[in-house]
Amino acid sequence: MSEAVSSLQSAEFEGLARVAEAGLQGMITLRGDLGARAVRAAVKAAFGVDVPDVNNVASAGHMGVCWMSPDELLLLCPHGEAEAKVAELGTALAKQHHLAVNVSDARAMFQVKGSGGREVLGKLCPLDFAPGKFEPGQIRRTRMAQVPAAVWMDGVDTFRVVCFRSMARYVFGALKAAADPASGVGVY
Amino acid sequence: MSLRLRDGGRLIDRSARMAFQFDGRSLTGFAGDTLASALLANDKMLVGRSFKYHRPRGVVASGAEEPNALVNLAQGGTFEPNQRATTTELFDGLTATSQNHWPSLEHDIGAVNSSLARFLPAGFYYKTFIHPRPFWKHIYEPFIRQSAGLGKAPKDRDADRYEHFYYFCDLVVIGGGVAGLQAARVAGEAGAKVLLLEQSAHWGGRAPVDGGEIDGRPAEAWVTDTLAVLEAMPNVTLRSRCMGAGVYDHGYLLAYERLTDHAPQADGPRHRLWRIRTQQIITATGAIERPLSFAGNDIPGVMLASAVRDYVVNYGVAPGQRTVVVTNNDDGYRTAICLKQAGLDVPRILDARETGGGALMEEARALGIRIDCGRAVGKVQGGKRVKSVQVCAQKGSGSALEEVACDAVAMSGGWSPVVHLWSHCGGKLVWDDVQAHFRPDADRPPLGRSGQGFVAVAGAANGALTGAVADADAMARGVVQAIGLKPGKGIAPAETQPEELPIEPVWLMPAQAKTELKAKAWLDYQNDVKVSDVQLAAREGFESVEHTKRYTTLGMATDQGKLSNINGLAILSDALGQPIPQTGTTTFRPPYTPISMGAIAGEARGDIFQPVRETPMYGWNDSNGADWEPVGHWRRPYAYVRSGETVHDAVMREVTNTRENVGLLDASTLGKLIVKGPDAGKFLDMLYTNMMSTLKPGRCRYGLMCTENGFLTDDGVVARIDEDTFLCHTTTGGADRIHAHMEEWLQTEWWDWQVYVANVTEQYAQIGVVGPKARAVLETLGGMDLSAEALPFMAWADGKIGAFDARAYRVSFSGELSYEIAVPASRGQAFWDALLEAGKAHGIMPYGTEALHIMRAEKGFIMIGDETDGTVIPQDLGLNWAISKKKDDYLGKRAQERVHMTDPDRWKLVGLETVDGSVLPDGAYAVAEGTNANGQRNMQGRVTSTYHSPTLGKGIAMGLVKHGPDRMGEVLEFPGTDGTVFKAKIVDPVFYDKDGDKQNV
Repeated sequence: MSEAVSSLQSAEFEGLARVAEAGLQGMITLRGDLGARAVRAAVKAAFGVDVPDVNNVASAGHMGVCWMSPDELLLLCPHGEAEAKVAELGTALAKQHHLAVNVSDARAMFQVKGSGGREVLGKLCPLDFAPGKFEPGQIRRTRMAQVPAAVWMDGVDTFRVVCFRSMARYVFGALKAAADPASGVGVY
Repeated sequence: MSLRLRDGGRLIDRSARMAFQFDGRSLTGFAGDTLASALLANDKMLVGRSFKYHRPRGVVASGAEEPNALVNLAQGGTFEPNQRATTTELFDGLTATSQNHWPSLEHDIGAVNSSLARFLPAGFYYKTFIHPRPFWKHIYEPFIRQSAGLGKAPKDRDADRYEHFYYFCDLVVIGGGVAGLQAARVAGEAGAKVLLLEQSAHWGGRAPVDGGEIDGRPAEAWVTDTLAVLEAMPNVTLRSRCMGAGVYDHGYLLAYERLTDHAPQADGPRHRLWRIRTQQIITATGAIERPLSFAGNDIPGVMLASAVRDYVVNYGVAPGQRTVVVTNNDDGYRTAICLKQAGLDVPRILDARETGGGALMEEARALGIRIDCGRAVGKVQGGKRVKSVQVCAQKGSGSALEEVACDAVAMSGGWSPVVHLWSHCGGKLVWDDVQAHFRPDADRPPLGRSGQGFVAVAGAANGALTGAVADADAMARGVVQAIGLKPGKGIAPAETQPEELPIEPVWLMPAQAKTELKAKAWLDYQNDVKVSDVQLAAREGFESVEHTKRYTTLGMATDQGKLSNINGLAILSDALGQPIPQTGTTTFRPPYTPISMGAIAGEARGDIFQPVRETPMYGWNDSNGADWEPVGHWRRPYAYVRSGETVHDAVMREVTNTRENVGLLDASTLGKLIVKGPDAGKFLDMLYTNMMSTLKPGRCRYGLMCTENGFLTDDGVVARIDEDTFLCHTTTGGADRIHAHMEEWLQTEWWDWQVYVANVTEQYAQIGVVGPKARAVLETLGGMDLSAEALPFMAWADGKIGAFDARAYRVSFSGELSYEIAVPASRGQAFWDALLEAGKAHGIMPYGTEALHIMRAEKGFIMIGDETDGTVIPQDLGLNWAISKKKDDYLGKRAQERVHMTDPDRWKLVGLETVDGSVLPDGAYAVAEGTNANGQRNMQGRVTSTYHSPTLGKGIAMGLVKHGPDRMGEVLEFPGTDGTVFKAKIVDPVFYDKDGDKQNV
């Protein structure tokens, strides 16, 4: 069987920060009552972490749970496991009104790595990326130049960016422009 | 003549020569020069022509307020008009040309305007509209077009890059003079996160030029020390060449950073627009000196007194060798003293005040300068340069008492605080009688969300023309507390400056100037507005300052009246016989000085001008002849053009091949929304005009969606996945819109319904396999049973096709046997490749959107956006079969019952066939007898879709026609735009396979 491919097949660019398409990533949108015990238990059982607080990310190994809205989570897992995880949630929440759907291929993910990452993203997203204001464990749904995106940090100097798959080339282009080595701002 | 002095120039480096060109002539300056100082150093007194009269104009100022010295900079992709020479830093290789003249700066034919000046009074532009009427078109307009306009518009694409940067802080201090430095220091020491902006390349503002001591040290030394303190603070960020451009609601501030204007060979973006959110703003923007309004005050060589000493002290350039200083305040004496100390001649100081000034006057007198009090400039003599001034009594009408030869005039009419940024967001002003200027009214600041002021003003901008540092210190302490921090214990630095006597306002020089003098006394240099123009406007009834501004164009030029506004409104007040505060000011709007369009656009240029959405097969499409068509932000292949083919050829081939063999369509852009929950069926019954809750799992149904007003807004196939789950297909452009539409209803009206929606459009690559051989191609790949029995028309099923997890829908938008197959997007290209391979033996070819359109039109299927335009209801399109009569309600139902919607005269969908087989023009109207109330021809219908059908070998069209379905066979006339009239017969809109036998096999 042919290999599944991500939108930009791990293209990368080195500038103020290293910008790379992160390859295939399992992603599931879960909508439901995030306060419901059944939902929290199902998420914990399938992904090994608790439902995080508002604007936060919880992760353990390859699994992660991102808060997206008062009734929406973005669940992270290896690409090949997404369908099984959707089924697992479906079984666990059979009696609970919810929507779990595999969106792995509907999205593209980028990694922005390096000390310049805060500035690179600060040129594209209307967010305060100052140290102390945005740190690992936090997530924001925001606007990246002209398209929607979600941004979080999964380590010191390491950002993850998720956008729609069809916009991957645009987002990569915008990140490359923002990471132009001659365009450092010098504030972070 | 102006010249470079042998010594001096604190900002220039005499060891670094810079070659530049002005109007094609090679000149040199030094590193640190501005273009203006370098031009003056080369005795270029004449640098441009005025806008209306084409008067010779020279440099008048030394900073952002400059109205005259505007030039075209650079060439080709970096060309930019209307750049101020006074704020353009000189670099090696700079090229500039002067503006607004023909054929040359020295010999300008347009200058004849000035002898016609009496025919171009205030409001002349508006008056030309009035009478005599034919004059406008044949005389005024061509004349005005020929003479108006400053710089040229760039012709080439901008070669530079730009960017935005979002920044958040507690306090932004705008202005890096001594007040701004002190304010930043106070806030920085209190622990606030501070951003300090300075528009020029240098810190300290005017203080190093104007002298005085701070904390017992020369101002310049204090600036250096304070800068070092600020640079050492991790919580303070300093940016020079970065102008605070505009203050907006809620502490939003735009700053304009010029990164490479001074070094255009450098890499990186040219400008950066800072988009800042801050709790508090301190504007320490200083003050601008006012010109004096005397006859000939626009002749090259007449300059602001402060600018004259700026050129001497900062650049070692003397604007003249014999300079007459004319002032109404003590500050003007500083220029005379500075010139004298530089070894230059000052034949006179004319002080309009009868009793003269204070300590500075004594100092000037001690230097041997002759000072005449109560005297004024009656008139400046000269054309392209100053030759002399006629001295008169300020209190008189301008009779010359004597004539003094000179080559420059330094004028000081007092100082106006730069209140722009304070005023942008609603800060109010108060008139200061003692200093004769408007200054910020601290009691009426711009208000933030809490109702508290978020802008404070410090230093000269606050009217503290002396004691600016102490003023800034006090202001900053208050602001620090507003941020919620505690100011430190330090005491404000002490300032030592000479005692000054009060200014005496002089709005017209001399006070009783004769008419011919007033007609040569300029207020607005750039737009050529004189004292006589404002007075004429007042006589003609323009009492509001905003009306006078627009009527005379006072303050409407690129400098936005930085020099002219206060003088102009003082003249207006005088003409109206009312005090200045009663007249008030015009509105201060951002940006403070013009900013580049590139900076506003930011990164959005070239490849990332706009997001282009790509399907998983985008790359293959692109390298296989796709002629791209934008559909929303998506790009879809219009046709796949082969070598030797025209686009039209390709479309015809694709239609024929799909009808005869099999075609492949990249349909991935179709919107796919999952709607799930116990109330999903009920919800979709409200959204669609037809019934969706009765759909069985495994089946598909075509549905229509309307707005609340009844108009058709989207359509598509709905598949029921299971009891609780539906998958709704939308149009390509409709996915995001319909998703938002669903969420809005769920969140605002039916919030108690248990329904969730997710947009999974991009999760799938969706491929249409269309044509009589479609099943054969799919069966070649093997896998799930796709027979008519297992998967009948309007059914769907999950399974494997070849090695691919797939969902197959038996739907048809072409009238052929057709499958739409969805596979995960990550395998889309692989599946496409597999289909092409499997289809080789069956003559498979991809087809684009135009072939899709033709085939759906042959079948009489409507297209959202073609047959609909926001005014069309489903009933107009004969889609009554898709409107449920059983349902109590759906969105649009009530609207469709309104009288206008049920009017039998509404235009309805029909097919149209030209009598000669030609193709009707798109959008053409069918004419009817008679004319309407406006004398226009009556209409009875219009074309909504029109194509050449290769299947039928003739033109086919759809259109909306009055009583159309009842008029089958009638021939209508459609005038084209080229004089031809197309004749078309009304026919059934289904041109091909009316019974649907071909799709149902």
